[in-house]
Amino acid sequence: MTTYLVPLVLIGALTSCGVYLLLQRNLTRMLLGLLLIGNALNLLILTVGGASGNPPVRGRASAGATTTADPLAQGMILTAIVITMGIAAFVLALTYRSYRLTTAEEVDNDPEDARVSKLSDKDDVAADEDDTAEDLHEVFPDTDAPDELDALPGHEGSR
Amino acid sequence: MLAVLIAHAIATLLAPLLVKRWGRQAFYPLSLVPLASLSWVAMNWPDSQSDDHRIQINWVPGLSMNIDLRFDTLAAIMSALVLAIGALVLFYCVDYFHHHDGHTEKRLPSFAAELVAFSGAMFGLVVSDNMLVLYLFWELTTVLSFLLVGHYAERATSRRAATQALLVTTAGGLAMLVGIVILGQYGGSYLLSDLVAHPPSGAAVSVAIVLILIGALSKSAIVPMHFWLPGAMAAPTPVSAYLHAAAMVKAGVYLIARLTPGFADTPGWRPIIVVLGLTTMLLAGWRAVREYDLKLILAFGTVSQLGLITVLVGSGGGDLMLAGLTMLCAHAMFKAALFMVVGVIDHSTGTRDIRRLAWLGKRAPALFVIAAAATASMAALPPFLGFVAKETDFEALLHSQSLGAAAPYVLGAVVVGSVFTTIYSLRFLWGAFARKGLPRPSTRVADLHRPSATFLTAPAILAAAGLAFGIAPSRLDDVLDDYAESVPGGSDYHLALWHGLGLPLLLSALVLAVGTVIFFARDRLPRALSDKEVGYLPLGNADRFYDATLRSLDFVAFKLTGATQRGSIPATQSVILATLVLVPVGALSLGAHDRPRFELWESPLQPIVGLLIVAGAVGAVILRNRLAAVLMVGLTGYGCGVIFAFHGAPDLALTQFLVETLTLVIFVLVLRTLPAEADAGAMRRFRLPRAVLAVAVGATVTVLATVAMAARTGRPIADLLPDAAYYRGHGANTVNVLLVDIRAWDTLGEISVLLVAATGVASLVFRHQRFGSAPRVPTTTPAAGQPDFGPIMAPSPQTAYSPAVGDTTWLRGSEYRDPRNRSLVLEVATRLIFPLIMVLSAYFFFTGHNTPGGGFAGGLTAGLALVLRYLAGGRYELGETLPLDAGKILGVGLGLSACTAVASLFLGAPVLSSAVVHFDIPLLGPMKFVTALFFDLGVYLIVVGLVLDVLRSLGARLDEEIIANAQPVRSGTGPR
Repeated sequence: MTTYLVPLVLIGALTSCGVYLLLQRNLTRMLLGLLLIGNALNLLILTVGGASGNPPVRGRASAGATTTADPLAQGMILTAIVITMGIAAFVLALTYRSYRLTTAEEVDNDPEDARVSKLSDKDDVAADEDDTAEDLHEVFPDTDAPDELDALPGHEGSR
Repeated sequence: MLAVLIAHAIATLLAPLLVKRWGRQAFYPLSLVPLASLSWVAMNWPDSQSDDHRIQINWVPGLSMNIDLRFDTLAAIMSALVLAIGALVLFYCVDYFHHHDGHTEKRLPSFAAELVAFSGAMFGLVVSDNMLVLYLFWELTTVLSFLLVGHYAERATSRRAATQALLVTTAGGLAMLVGIVILGQYGGSYLLSDLVAHPPSGAAVSVAIVLILIGALSKSAIVPMHFWLPGAMAAPTPVSAYLHAAAMVKAGVYLIARLTPGFADTPGWRPIIVVLGLTTMLLAGWRAVREYDLKLILAFGTVSQLGLITVLVGSGGGDLMLAGLTMLCAHAMFKAALFMVVGVIDHSTGTRDIRRLAWLGKRAPALFVIAAAATASMAALPPFLGFVAKETDFEALLHSQSLGAAAPYVLGAVVVGSVFTTIYSLRFLWGAFARKGLPRPSTRVADLHRPSATFLTAPAILAAAGLAFGIAPSRLDDVLDDYAESVPGGSDYHLALWHGLGLPLLLSALVLAVGTVIFFARDRLPRALSDKEVGYLPLGNADRFYDATLRSLDFVAFKLTGATQRGSIPATQSVILATLVLVPVGALSLGAHDRPRFELWESPLQPIVGLLIVAGAVGAVILRNRLAAVLMVGLTGYGCGVIFAFHGAPDLALTQFLVETLTLVIFVLVLRTLPAEADAGAMRRFRLPRAVLAVAVGATVTVLATVAMAARTGRPIADLLPDAAYYRGHGANTVNVLLVDIRAWDTLGEISVLLVAATGVASLVFRHQRFGSAPRVPTTTPAAGQPDFGPIMAPSPQTAYSPAVGDTTWLRGSEYRDPRNRSLVLEVATRLIFPLIMVLSAYFFFTGHNTPGGGFAGGLTAGLALVLRYLAGGRYELGETLPLDAGKILGVGLGLSACTAVASLFLGAPVLSSAVVHFDIPLLGPMKFVTALFFDLGVYLIVVGLVLDVLRSLGARLDEEIIANAQPVRSGTGPR
């Protein structure tokens, strides 16, 4: 099938702008990037679906068109459009709540992830791991003291 | 058979209640369950191969996974052992869990349930003929073993042992599952009986058999997967007696015994079993003679004996099978009894360390007699069953056909292993009960409190059984011979206490003599032999290897997480997007693809609109002012709408325009709470790499689209859809029929997402309760005949002038607004336009099936009407417009759509199909009505509910919060 350049360039430009915005840390700008990407993908589906033509409504025709536009692509895009609105509303509510709590709109590094990556960057992590067996006893006091039942032997016997 | 399983299931459910009510005494009634099951087994004992009991219940025929139960001789032998010892162990538990201060352990109720469930699972395992069902019971015992071993969960060693047992046996189990599936597929049946009767062959079958063996050997603690069993001694002693001596560890042996008649000659089977079995026997025997903990002596002894039994039942040949099964029965009796004895010692003295026990035999003579009887059976002294079994072992190995030339070597290894058995038997008895040259009992023994008679009953019964079967083994011989006969080669040997003088008897005597001499001469042996280094070499390593494996897994996971999850969203997204660029483009550059046919544009309108869209997108990137950027994005959205319209997609264009407008409103509602401009510093950071990645992604998407379009050659399904929609979906508008009928599942999913989004918005704004509707004008009922002065008396402290404040009320709710925010023109226009928009909304909704429109367009239009009322009249006006709870509208909408889906099922049609109903209305004439309209009504309600929820939260509620925040600073700064 014939490939038209203008829609393709349009899709590429919208996607690029969208990705550029998405890579920021500001929630509203990320959302705007998402919306741009959404528009680009809708155009993509429409374009890949086929050439323009009559609307897929029986008995209606566009001037000069001989074929019918792909209804399947349209059905998918329609779903996508409405969902994008729902997501936009949700992210905006999230932005509002986050701003009210922190008065900052930037998304910070995830502290848990940061901690893990910081630990794993250490060269002596292997040595740390070896120590954990002994550390364990300090952090969680072991209750291996011989009980009335099943008095456990010391280390000399086990396995 | 089902009755036994069901009885155990019910008992499992009842056990916690019973223990809570009666304490440890509840083990008495619980022990009746396996006992009664045992009587079922006895009454239904299969006499020969022909009259097996069989039950077949279809479960998952598609996976060949049906409940096929088969009660043959082997199953009967195993279930008799499992149930009898299960009953005794439960009986024994009553005294074992007796504490001096009379308290009941907290986890005892669940412990009781697990123990009973284990007995049932074990029974299920041995009677399952279907391998998949067998696997199910197999893993059930694994999980129960994990729970039972980890009974003292507050101890670190218990938790470690339980996890280790779980990991090792589950890993083996998974290998076994793969083997089962391969075997089932190649053999054409998942029934053990079919496979053994007609064993398949081939390379795949050999692999399958090896995989199954891995599972069986890991379960039976054979080297190199043996180390979990000594670790599992952290369990309460009844668990050790039951799971780790009599039942669970025998599951692997059982499976091997089950498969031997068919698969003993499969390549790999015999070498694996014989080599690993003998290694296990020798290594574990060596470890057992060096332990100080009574329980560990027994544990390593068990591992050693399991090695021997595996060799016997797995080598093939009827005599060896008979020997193996005899050994299995003998072992279950004496080892369970000995574990119980250790439990009694532990309970009475508080220790199991042989260095702290002296003179115990003198202080507890009854216990000593029981222990001596059981140990004699273990050491193969006549006239105990252990002796009969050992004689049979030697005899069968001596004349084994299946082992061929290897038989003498195997026999030699077994003799050496048996010497170890003699030594650790003596060590056990001496260590627990001897005086050890001390003048008086050790402290622990001196403080001993005497075990009650009931405590000793269970081990006494088992020890007596060992003696009884030893003296009169003919009944046991009948039973075991039934199965041994079925092994190719048959069995002509018969169990007996006295076989006359011969090599077996000589070997038995030799083993006893050498073992005794070594034990009593142990002090004179070179110390080097018992040096720790040597002793730890083979077995300690297995445990350390396990630790090292786990640690390196942890380490790799940790490194991987640290390397990929840096915690920064842009960094994570960059990785994902870079993958999107690299992988498809790399694949494209390698493979062949069609050459696209290029043209510049489809219509001259495209470049003009395209320029506007690109300008909007670039503007959104550059502009720092949020509102300006939002408007720019809106521009691209409207531009897309235009392109849709000219493409021949009126539905899309309509929806896009409506959605774009609504999105703008939502943005504005939220942006009023945020600073006007984004942080310039943050915007400038990493500008270049971001731009490079962005352009790369854009280019990739373009290239992919080009290639995808060039590759299209077939006739699209879209050509068929218009006719299908018209003749089968009864609608002229294909897109709408697509949404409410052809792809209605998709729509159902989508409206669920919308519902979730709406709920999310409301929950984020209203932190405590998301229910309720927008605020309403207080209803003051005016006295009859008096004019309604309500609004004028309203709490409006400001007396600022607005042309909207006057005698005529255009919008009721706006009377409660700050007059400075009111606009007469907007209020009047809203009053006039609102009904028109609602009519338009209804029109879109009802005609959507045949003309552009439908539930989405109608709902969005109604939503816009709500927005207009809210913007013109404020939050009270919103409440006046639609005084309903948004959550309820959403719920009704989704419920309606879901009910339509289900209703078509009741009418015998597939889910979500639509039908057409014709009827006549006076004056209007014949009407056609498509049931998909109900589905579309659900969609309509969901969209309206979403808009209402957003307005209520981000609009009305934010108004209040903004006023509340502004109040302390400067009173009277309203929203707008």
